[in-house]
Amino acid sequence: MEQEVSQQIRSDELSKRLVKLGIGIYITWLRDVKRFFRDRIRLVGAFGQPLIYLALLGTGMQAAFTSFGSGDTKYVTFMFPGIVCMTVLFTAMFSAISIIWDREFGFLKEMLVAPIPRSSLAIGKVFGGGTTALLQGFILLLFMPLVGIPYNLEKIAMMMVVMFLLAVSLTSFGVAFAARMRSMEAFPIIMNFILLPMFFLSGALFPLQNLPGWMEVLTKINPMTYAVDAMRGVALKGISITSTASISLPEVPAGLAANPEFLSWISQAKAALPQAPQLQVQYYPLWLDLVVVIGFGVFLMLMAIWQFNRQD
Amino acid sequence: MDAIIEVKDLVKKYGDLTAVKGISFAIERGEIFGFLGPNGAGKTTTINILCTLLGPTSGSAILDGYDVVKDRESVRESIGLVFQDPSLDDRLTARENLEFHAYAYRVPKEERDQRIHEVLEMVELLDREKNRVETFSGGMKRRLEIARGLLHYPKVLFLDEPTIGLDPQTRNSIWEYIHELKKQHDITIFLTTHYMDEAENCGRIAIIDYGEIIALDTPEELKSQVGGDVVTITTEDDVEAERVLVDDFKVEMIQDRECLCFEVESGESFIPRFIRDFPVSINSISLHRPTLDDVFLKLTGHAIRPEGADELAAMRAFARGWRGPIRR
Repeated sequence: MEQEVSQQIRSDELSKRLVKLGIGIYITWLRDVKRFFRDRIRLVGAFGQPLIYLALLGTGMQAAFTSFGSGDTKYVTFMFPGIVCMTVLFTAMFSAISIIWDREFGFLKEMLVAPIPRSSLAIGKVFGGGTTALLQGFILLLFMPLVGIPYNLEKIAMMMVVMFLLAVSLTSFGVAFAARMRSMEAFPIIMNFILLPMFFLSGALFPLQNLPGWMEVLTKINPMTYAVDAMRGVALKGISITSTASISLPEVPAGLAANPEFLSWISQAKAALPQAPQLQVQYYPLWLDLVVVIGFGVFLMLMAIWQFNRQD
Repeated sequence: MDAIIEVKDLVKKYGDLTAVKGISFAIERGEIFGFLGPNGAGKTTTINILCTLLGPTSGSAILDGYDVVKDRESVRESIGLVFQDPSLDDRLTARENLEFHAYAYRVPKEERDQRIHEVLEMVELLDREKNRVETFSGGMKRRLEIARGLLHYPKVLFLDEPTIGLDPQTRNSIWEYIHELKKQHDITIFLTTHYMDEAENCGRIAIIDYGEIIALDTPEELKSQVGGDVVTITTEDDVEAERVLVDDFKVEMIQDRECLCFEVESGESFIPRFIRDFPVSINSISLHRPTLDDVFLKLTGHAIRPEGADELAAMRAFARGWRGPIRR
């Protein structure tokens, strides 16, 4: 009897905590989303930046590719999934960094002193950033046909999934950082020494092929690489971005087909022919990409929660 | 005594700096209790400990039966806070700020709208509820924060320098609200201030300086400790005047001032008699009744220093120095 009562109390306590957690996540998330729609300048900026990359960098690189011989490579198409990831990266980071603004303008205190678990603030912030990044990325998808990727429901759905996972991971990353930062002064440093290298080493702008050894190592440990890889694999599925044309040899005459000497000679000749470098769309299997992104996200979400919990 | 807050030997250190040096006090249910002291005296640190934002270095504090270290969430549910610095989201409207708060403190759904209406009406911001906070003046923001602090019917309302930086008219109206609140909701109010005149509104005051409570009593009691009214005169012949005062009027001169000053029990009845009987011709005469400033001066040996280093700024500077390597 007594045991039942204490069990009852314990389960009441647990459900109360869960309710508080849910409320905390909901209101933190809701606030971020509301603020996102109110911040017109940020909307325009975050919308304009990827377009500038696509229109200027994309066109310029395309021209360069053409004049250096690889005329059939569609650079803009190659770049597009990378730019989607870039948008998610910057939006997610900015929304995580808003914690520092909240600290500076005092609202963080109101949140910290509210009777809701600290972890719910971290999780709410992560989902808030994830949602806004997803919205930004979704707007970009409208431009898919312009870069040579036709609309396709399955493709869009898959891209949204990758985007959301990436957005949540990156916001966790940002929140874990921002929770300990006391002022905005450190932000440019994070921007220059963390965000930009992560972006450049992710393969968003150039293929991760024929790189010097040290850079290849860096791209391998960069979690963004796997997100870009997944995004490109999903987005460019069934789309060819490099020319398939190669030097074709004439049919082997019937009389020589059985001659082993000739066959070995012809295979040597084939190997000696200049190979046009092939632009690879995806370097890793999709499951590996997703495992890395999710693992990175879960680890950093726990870090973010931990950082929030120990904050005064 | 029914204490709602009990603080024992509370100490808070920031590195080498001891901001709060072992203070103890108790606050009764339903009283308006004031912490009076200069900036940097440890007032905000104490409030931050009581509202669970900071952990004490040692000592204990119990609020409405809950320990502020072990039972943080229960404490948070029982208190309302108005911080020294603004803590509103100014991209949201007044109403949205209150809604956020109502959710966070789990105000029952069916009461939410009615309570928001009620508090907005009290602070006379009902007509601005749909405006963004960034369009509000300093006084309006402060009123909105007070409204927010009351939305969940807290048992204790903390007001950290509630009227700092506000014009006298707004200050007065905020004090009217505070008295009204106490009457209507029977809540306990704990406030800090470095304005002496404001401290007069409190039931009891703790005077705090350099992290220690140096006096704790009602404003009247504190003032009576300083003694009676101080009369200051200037005369044609100060030497003769001083002799007459000491020999005939049996008053004790206050030595450390440049003028002729002395203390009497009741200034109003003393002055007419004094003017009639005093042999030396008087140029001017003034009467000064003791204020909390005098109490502070007497107890600490220095005047309150409103221009002194801001406690928060000092903490920030400290935090910055400490986190230096990350930034540079």
